[in-house]
Amino acid sequence: METILVPYTTDITLLSVLKLVVALVAIILLLIANSVVMVYLERKVAGFVQRRPGPYEVGPWGILQTVADTVKLLGKQILIPGNSDRFLFLLAPVLSMFPMFLMFLVIPYGPILTGLEVNLGLLLILAFAGMEGLAVIAGGWASNNKYSLIGAARAVSQSVAYEIPLILAILALAFQHGSLDLSVLNRAQEGWIWNWNIFTQPLAFLIFVITCFGETNRAPFDLPEGESELTGGYHTEYSGMGFALFFMAEYTSMMLVSFLAAVLFLGGSNAPVDIPLINGVWWTLIKMGAFMTFMIWVRWTFPRVRFDQLLNINWKWLLPLGLLNLWVTALVMKVVGN
Amino acid sequence: MSGSLFVNPFHFSTMHENPGDMLGDFYTHNFEKGRISHDSMIINLGPQHPSTHGVLRILAELHGEYVLRAEPILGYLHRMHDKMGQVKTPWQFLPNTGRVDYLHPIAWNWAYVGAVERLAGIEVPERAEYLRVIACELNRIASHVMWWGAFVLDLGGVTPILYAFEEREKINDMLQIVTGSRLTMNYMRFGGVCADINDRFIKMAREFIPRMRERLEMYHKLVTGNVILARRITGIGPFDPDLCYRYGVTGPCLRGAGVAYDTRRAEPYGVYDRFRFDIPVGETNCSMGRYMVRMREVEESLKILEQALDQLPDGPIMAPKAPKATWKLPAGEAYFAVEGARGKIGIHLAGDGGKSPYRVKLRAPGFSNLSLFAEASQGTLLADALAILGSLDLVIPEIDR
Repeated sequence: METILVPYTTDITLLSVLKLVVALVAIILLLIANSVVMVYLERKVAGFVQRRPGPYEVGPWGILQTVADTVKLLGKQILIPGNSDRFLFLLAPVLSMFPMFLMFLVIPYGPILTGLEVNLGLLLILAFAGMEGLAVIAGGWASNNKYSLIGAARAVSQSVAYEIPLILAILALAFQHGSLDLSVLNRAQEGWIWNWNIFTQPLAFLIFVITCFGETNRAPFDLPEGESELTGGYHTEYSGMGFALFFMAEYTSMMLVSFLAAVLFLGGSNAPVDIPLINGVWWTLIKMGAFMTFMIWVRWTFPRVRFDQLLNINWKWLLPLGLLNLWVTALVMKVVGN
Repeated sequence: MSGSLFVNPFHFSTMHENPGDMLGDFYTHNFEKGRISHDSMIINLGPQHPSTHGVLRILAELHGEYVLRAEPILGYLHRMHDKMGQVKTPWQFLPNTGRVDYLHPIAWNWAYVGAVERLAGIEVPERAEYLRVIACELNRIASHVMWWGAFVLDLGGVTPILYAFEEREKINDMLQIVTGSRLTMNYMRFGGVCADINDRFIKMAREFIPRMRERLEMYHKLVTGNVILARRITGIGPFDPDLCYRYGVTGPCLRGAGVAYDTRRAEPYGVYDRFRFDIPVGETNCSMGRYMVRMREVEESLKILEQALDQLPDGPIMAPKAPKATWKLPAGEAYFAVEGARGKIGIHLAGDGGKSPYRVKLRAPGFSNLSLFAEASQGTLLADALAILGSLDLVIPEIDR
């Protein structure tokens, strides 16, 4: 038991530090590129869903729209509302973005491509995912705005509620494969397509998908923002780059859960069909992109659930289902053996 | 703090626990006096808020997510339409009626010309009556479809409103042929209508009717059947008939409560007594009931439209003795009511023989419907209160005219 809980990169060499720095820089670039692409993708998909062209003026097919938006947001003044907590107000957007970098370190992009090889990768992601909620609460509290405060209060109960089924769903996978190492989970789905966890753990996948929307505060569970009720929720008072960072954090957490969905359930870097030139890394990216598009599609299709309904779905359905799934998995593991 | 010479005049927190509360105006202070709970939060929904459809302001006392009480506050869009009607001649005031309700301007046109015609005893030619029905029903469909989109938008579904605009654009294309404008239309004249319909209009209207029926089916498939929407609005904001009577609620909100009252049937005007149509009544008196009433009313409007196009007689579109601009309104009183998309639109005119009426009273259905909100929203969740507000189909310029 003890050997499992000790990460195996304890010896710090110059090479490992260099590798970490390169990985972090690459991740920062990836996250920025992701936000740029995602804003464009979201607008285009929203356009297609709503039977309109979406952005098409700036650049060919409007691909430079996001660049124009970024320049605009950079040029905006950061307004700090009166009587607000200045320090927390400025800290919150940074806090929302900061833990993201660490979480992307442990994701296996390919069979051997990982920023940091630790055997507790899943635990690291789950631990830092909680910090996202903290940033939302800090931003909502520091704004000195009643809408923001309600948004923050909603974020507290939502993140508390949705992390438990998420952990239960993932725990079933850890049971099944006997590891919290994402690379191991990735490799465990090799071979035929029905080795993928979506087929071996369909209930866990269902719970995971629903909790993903709750975790990332995306519609239909975007209650902390709740535009038609709270005019923007926790980020009502934010402008300029403060708002942009919250925005980036939302897209980044979307990418994170999409990567998790790809690696944990959709076979990760394993190819469903052999196509030349498209190897492991590309497959992970394709699956990640497909899941993100699915999330965007859902956002522009459904109305928002009510707050008590959201908690009901969680505590009355997802939690018992997650426990059942865990129990069944444990039972099957015991009966079948290894 | 009190001993200091340099007291910050903007620092209110010495007097109040929450500095935000002190920043309010007269209404906020008045509202605060009626606090139910000492640890509640008073919040301003509006005048600039995505769900108030314009510049409505609602003061709400919240306890957590629950609305303890709410009070709509008007006056942010007041343009003195009643007074303008009294200082202007009927001819000058007529375009104003289209500005009162931007979603169903033709019904307001009709209410005003109807009142003037009744006061002056002007007979309207038959063809003009049919044209009025056609334009009014088309506009009603546009209004209901727009409501449908905006209502789902209030519930967080962004897409339907863009589908709704598609139909509204089709209708606007048609109405533009006869009225010349797309928003604040001014179609009616005293003694008739301003323009006759042409073949293009008839062709477009004939094509529109089956298309709209198909689209309604699609709306039901996409939105009505959605489980999240059904859970959000079923059982929310029940209005019983007694509540509606007390506040003078009319239109789909009253019919949603199960009362089959429609001005087109109760006090027939124009040629509405010649058409066969049903008055949809809500099966449940909640927001879902009102939703279904409006969707079914679109079908009934299509039926009326179909019959009016079939029966359309030939003839003039203006009465031979239609009044001119220098004409003086006779002395006396007249009241004329029409069924608008939001309820009963009534205009009361009192003339004293002068150029302009002595008194004009506009009865806006939205005003009565909104007055019910304070009672209906008590004890609901914030999201439900906004769903109830959306289900009332508010057009703020009409309420705050």
